[in-house]
Amino acid sequence: MSDYTAKIKEISARLLKEEKVEMVIGFRKGTVPMMNEPCFVKTPEDIKKLVWDSNCGINLANYLTGRKEKIGIIAKGCDSRNIVTHIIENKIKREQLLIIGVPCKGMIDKNKIISMFENEINEVSENEENIIVKGEGFEKTLNKNDVLQENCKICIHRNPAIYDELAADLLDEQKDIDRYEDVRKIEAMAPEDKWKYFEDLLSPCIRCYACRNACPLCYCPTCFVDESKPQWVGKSIDPTDTRTFHFLRAYHCAGRCTDCGACERACPMGIKVRIFTKKLEKDCLELYGWEAGLSLDERPPLDTYRPDDPEDFIK
Amino acid sequence: MEDWEPRIVGFLCNWCTYGAADLAGVSRMQYPPNVRLIRIPCAGRMSPKFILAAFMKGADGVWVSGCHPGDCHYLEGNYYARRKFALFKNLIEYMGIEPGRLHFSWISSAESTKFASVVNKVTSAVKALGPRKHGIKAFTVND
Ligand code: SF4
Ligand code: SF4
Ligand code: SF4
Repeated sequence: MSDYTAKIKEISARLLKEEKVEMVIGFRKGTVPMMNEPCFVKTPEDIKKLVWDSNCGINLANYLTGRKEKIGIIAKGCDSRNIVTHIIENKIKREQLLIIGVPCKGMIDKNKIISMFENEINEVSENEENIIVKGEGFEKTLNKNDVLQENCKICIHRNPAIYDELAADLLDEQKDIDRYEDVRKIEAMAPEDKWKYFEDLLSPCIRCYACRNACPLCYCPTCFVDESKPQWVGKSIDPTDTRTFHFLRAYHCAGRCTDCGACERACPMGIKVRIFTKKLEKDCLELYGWEAGLSLDERPPLDTYRPDDPEDFIK
Repeated sequence: MEDWEPRIVGFLCNWCTYGAADLAGVSRMQYPPNVRLIRIPCAGRMSPKFILAAFMKGADGVWVSGCHPGDCHYLEGNYYARRKFALFKNLIEYMGIEPGRLHFSWISSAESTKFASVVNKVTSAVKALGPRKHGIKAFTVND
């Protein structure tokens, strides 16, 4: 990954020096292991902070909303698709951006790794294939593929969808991936079991909204959870309110979600919230042949229609 | 259970199904009284929040009806709505609401017979499922 970092630094330095951009949005090392932070680089001295490794799971498109300056942005496959979505939704202009595409080898699942060890992890490093985890009195080497984030395991768009520069050669995309095994399992359940499944899934939710805040799609000036007259969803952790929150959060991402996993990654309770958005993703693909964020020229599925759209559910 | 009657909230487009309801009324057609009708300006105005709110406040079933494709008073509101409804229905059923609780139809203002027959179908589908067991929230002071 050090070659990625070097290339990212080189491109960023050049873009800043030539004044093509006013800042570069990338990642720097976090203060705790496996938690790289977004980093806004505006001066040549700050370039050295930039890093790239398997801990860059935050979606940087989230930091573009409504910005006015010229920006260089580091974009892995999913980030680039959210950038496309942002452009389509007029949250940023294509001309404002210099997209530094990163052909992505997947991000690691910090929750999974933390749960594998009893003691606190103090340091995590990596090479091409392995993740080396160190803590008080232990050191262990893990195979990176075994600890990838769930969404990265099934990712079929690792290469950026749009870019102006590339931090590495494009990768072969994963083929023959079944993206919806988990969704189909739930679809096959009886209604009562589905209800129970989601009740259990959501019971740890503390309504902190980290999943919403991490998502680049959630930029409404007033989120429905904050509306009070009428109040569509109560603010308590009453299970009905929590369920309504998750329903609407996911529904608002319909046809827009890129399965970047930032929401799931942000959840302090380890709730697998992608199971909602994946259902919508599957339906958008099956009903409308749509995958989010791949093209600037196509309207998203809920902003268009075909006269012969499926309607067998309508009397 | 025998005498249990479901409460169903119906959201009807002003330009078609609401007219059909009127026509059914003046034609003295008989249909079950279980549906509480709410007039909306277009199927395209139908917010997913309306359906969720109805269910949350205790509706046993929800029914949304608009103009046939091609007949929308605003030309294409129902085409956009159709996509929203498809995704909505799939998601709410995925999360455990029984398929027979949420219904959609296209009924023009001339189709009073269809109106009565859809009310019948919706009512019996909801009745067959019985009262809802989950997801109803007690009323709060804000209501
Ligand atoms: S979802 Fe794909 S592009 Fe995004 S971090 Fe995972 S592997 Fe990379
Ligand atoms: S809902 Fe989650 S997976 Fe989808 S775009 Fe937002 S953060 Fe990414
Ligand atoms: S981040 Fe997790 S705990 Fe917080 S609101 Fe989302 S699902 Fe609930």
